[in-house]
Amino acid sequence: MENKKCVSPKKDNFFLRALKLEGVQSVLASIVCIIIGLLIGYIVLLCINPGGAWDGIMTIIKNFMGFTKTSLRLKYLGQTLANTAPLIMTGLSILFAYKAGLFNIGAAGQYTVGACACLYAGMVWNLPWYLCMICAIIAGGIWGALVGFFKAYLNVNEVISAIMLNWIGLYLTNIIITGSSAWDTTKHETFPLSNYANALLPNLGLDNVFGGSKYVTIAIFIAILFAVIIMLVLNLTTFGYELKATGFNKNAAKYCGMKEKRNIILTMFISGGLAGLGASLYYQTGIQPWYANSTVPAMGFTGISASFLGGLNPIGTIFSAYVITHINSAGAQLDTAYYSAQISDLISAIIIYLCAFVGFFKMYLVKILNKDNLQSKSFKRNKTPSDSSNQGGK
Amino acid sequence: MEDKYVIEMLHITKKFPGIVANEDISLQLKKGEIHALLGENGAGKSTLMSVLFGLYTPEEGIIKKDGKVVSIKNPNEATSLHIGMVHQHFKLVGVFSVLDNIILGAETTKYGYLDRNAARTRVKELSKRYGLFIDIEAKIEDITVGMQQRVEILKMLYRDNDILIFDEPTAVLTPQEIDELMQIMKNLAHEGKSILFITHKLDEIMAVADRCTILRKGRLVGVVNVKDTNKEELSKMMVGRKVQLVVQKDKCKTGDTLMKVDNLCMTDKIHHILSVNNVSFDIKRGEILCIAGIDGNGQTDLIYGITGIDKIKSGKVFLKGTDIANLQIRKRNLLGMSHIPEDRQKYGLILDYSLENNLIMESYFTPKFEKFGFLRKKNIRKYALKLIDEYDIRSGQGAITKVRSMSGGNQQKAIIARELDRNADLLVAVQPTRGLDVGAIEGIHKQLIKERDEGKAVLLVSLELDEVLSLSDRILVMHKGEIVGEFDPKKTTRQELGLYMAGAKRDYVKFPTREVNENGK
Repeated sequence: MENKKCVSPKKDNFFLRALKLEGVQSVLASIVCIIIGLLIGYIVLLCINPGGAWDGIMTIIKNFMGFTKTSLRLKYLGQTLANTAPLIMTGLSILFAYKAGLFNIGAAGQYTVGACACLYAGMVWNLPWYLCMICAIIAGGIWGALVGFFKAYLNVNEVISAIMLNWIGLYLTNIIITGSSAWDTTKHETFPLSNYANALLPNLGLDNVFGGSKYVTIAIFIAILFAVIIMLVLNLTTFGYELKATGFNKNAAKYCGMKEKRNIILTMFISGGLAGLGASLYYQTGIQPWYANSTVPAMGFTGISASFLGGLNPIGTIFSAYVITHINSAGAQLDTAYYSAQISDLISAIIIYLCAFVGFFKMYLVKILNKDNLQSKSFKRNKTPSDSSNQGGK
Repeated sequence: MEDKYVIEMLHITKKFPGIVANEDISLQLKKGEIHALLGENGAGKSTLMSVLFGLYTPEEGIIKKDGKVVSIKNPNEATSLHIGMVHQHFKLVGVFSVLDNIILGAETTKYGYLDRNAARTRVKELSKRYGLFIDIEAKIEDITVGMQQRVEILKMLYRDNDILIFDEPTAVLTPQEIDELMQIMKNLAHEGKSILFITHKLDEIMAVADRCTILRKGRLVGVVNVKDTNKEELSKMMVGRKVQLVVQKDKCKTGDTLMKVDNLCMTDKIHHILSVNNVSFDIKRGEILCIAGIDGNGQTDLIYGITGIDKIKSGKVFLKGTDIANLQIRKRNLLGMSHIPEDRQKYGLILDYSLENNLIMESYFTPKFEKFGFLRKKNIRKYALKLIDEYDIRSGQGAITKVRSMSGGNQQKAIIARELDRNADLLVAVQPTRGLDVGAIEGIHKQLIKERDEGKAVLLVSLELDEVLSLSDRILVMHKGEIVGEFDPKKTTRQELGLYMAGAKRDYVKFPTREVNENGK
């Protein structure tokens, strides 16, 4: 009884009460992360050229919002959204596996084979866009499930097998695509997808809304829809319950009879499928052809940052993916007389680096807030000297 | 005994979010006394000792050493004030020798090199002086738990500590080892060391302690001279009501055989030897069968084999006539097995899940809690509140409390609530009362007997001989992976069981093994 009295919230104002919510703390931690990233970026700009630093950092923050013409602003917003959608998906891919205690660094490889599948399906088989999408999901899923299979049955560390599968996936994709009828041997890239209108994602007239941006499609809505679905799956379903249980404590999951091997493979299939879908949402807008890359596309790795910056929350991932894309794409707007366009890559790299500290910031925040809480309580107690020493007896 | 206090903790208050762990507690330790600290689970004993050892900083209150106010911010400062602690789980390096473990962190060096000779001489001298005989060149992993505890004590002595804190030191020891420890503690006190002894075993307090401080729910209940009190009074002060110290039960009425274990063998994962060697027994409805033995004699592996956590090497296990030896865990559970695991944090609970999610761990897939693949949160909450109420599980925020933040005793209660409520025919309970106070133990014992009286079978594994003797209807003693004797609790004694547990005696009971036959010829 006495305990309860001490714990009951004293009259905090709204602000203080909000600060104690876990969600608010997560968001705060992410924002602190972004602000520190920008600050360090600003310092770097100052070092290179003190005169233009303020303008430079503001250009990066504003990006297309700095344009005077509304239609131009909308166009670049559309462009950014088109780039955000695949990043949301790879972020979700990482997050989903992470909740089950698996670190899916293979999202990049699953994304690659997803790209291969949807391009091949669209350009060689001439399938409609939704079937291409399903091909991408299945291909990515199988690539992920392979990692899960090795983990479950042979106890191979998922990070190692996934990294190797990334490269296998990349070269396999290069072999399949360059050998197919989709390959333009003169340009050394695939033919533009606009030649295969069937395979393009529908834009439902969004290009008119976004100032004639060709690449804005339903992709961003699909990505948001999947973020919501993932959140529901994790929080409301039996499968999500099992998955998180396995992630928190593998032994306890085994003890209560969950099929841990099946769950590992299924989780990795879904995680890989999400990454594959990400590739579909990117390449099926026609924004970029497939070049015979010698490195795995960065989208899968940036997904790690997106999920962590988003506080490992599906909805948070939507916003963090946007922020990362926004800053990344701002480099083009920088004054090249003073700075190279790579400076925005540097800043986003710093933010991404700081993503690893989101958890740390959050821990620190919680500590400060709780400490504050306790101090005010003990202060209150000091004013009315306690008398409890004799009450405890029989 | 001098009446000067070496340690005084005055008006200590320590709060955690949602709970006041210590509220205005004072504790005074005299020089050369053995002072027991008694309290229920979650009464704040460990918190108070952590404050003294510098692991927590209290919000209010002061600590005095030899009359001077000191501030202890971390364990290093505690050590420099000559305060030492033997933790419940030993902090030793298994592959190091006894000597190396003792000097670890306080090494004597000569030109930057370890000077083992000087250390060896000192350790030998200490062990002679306090009667702590031990082979100081042996590796930790090769010596018994009792010996390991001596190493921990020597570690404190080596650092010239004169305030020694023992955190539930007897939990892992055999009766003989406990007697020896009690003697050692007396010797230490006689040599002028002051001892703080955390426990909830009343016998031990009566045997060695001079005074006893009793805590309840974070508050000080009182300080008593042990020679002026008795067990009943102590337990009443600790729990706040009168406690039945002796288990009341009727004679068991056994029914048909529920489970039969037939020549079960299990392999030790680390040493690749048979950790369970041709074990056979059966258990009938309406009885509590207890497997007694010193920790590490194959009981754990035997239970892992029966419950399906580890694969068995050979043999059969029949539950209600079905061979379950290679069945999935879920199927065993549904067939009628429920399991209170030995390691509650490793197997029994998902610490980062809420209490309600932990309570449905083995039933979340039943129609009651699942519909079309979705969890039925309302039903789950209702069920959790019912169990919390029925089994008196205390926590900061009720059903949504993260289990990690609950006290060990209440974590255990959560497991017991979940397992008993499943209403399975066979209950496998491994040390169900470990780390619990007499009040909670009383409750659990009553529940186990109720299960038995309802015609279910209880397979109990316990290291506590008192529990074994008072609760069971039949006792099997395990030694080095084999069953070495079967006893009727009414016709045996602690001493007899102790001899069998230590391997000094064995019967050729009805389960002869190859090794026994060879020895017998």
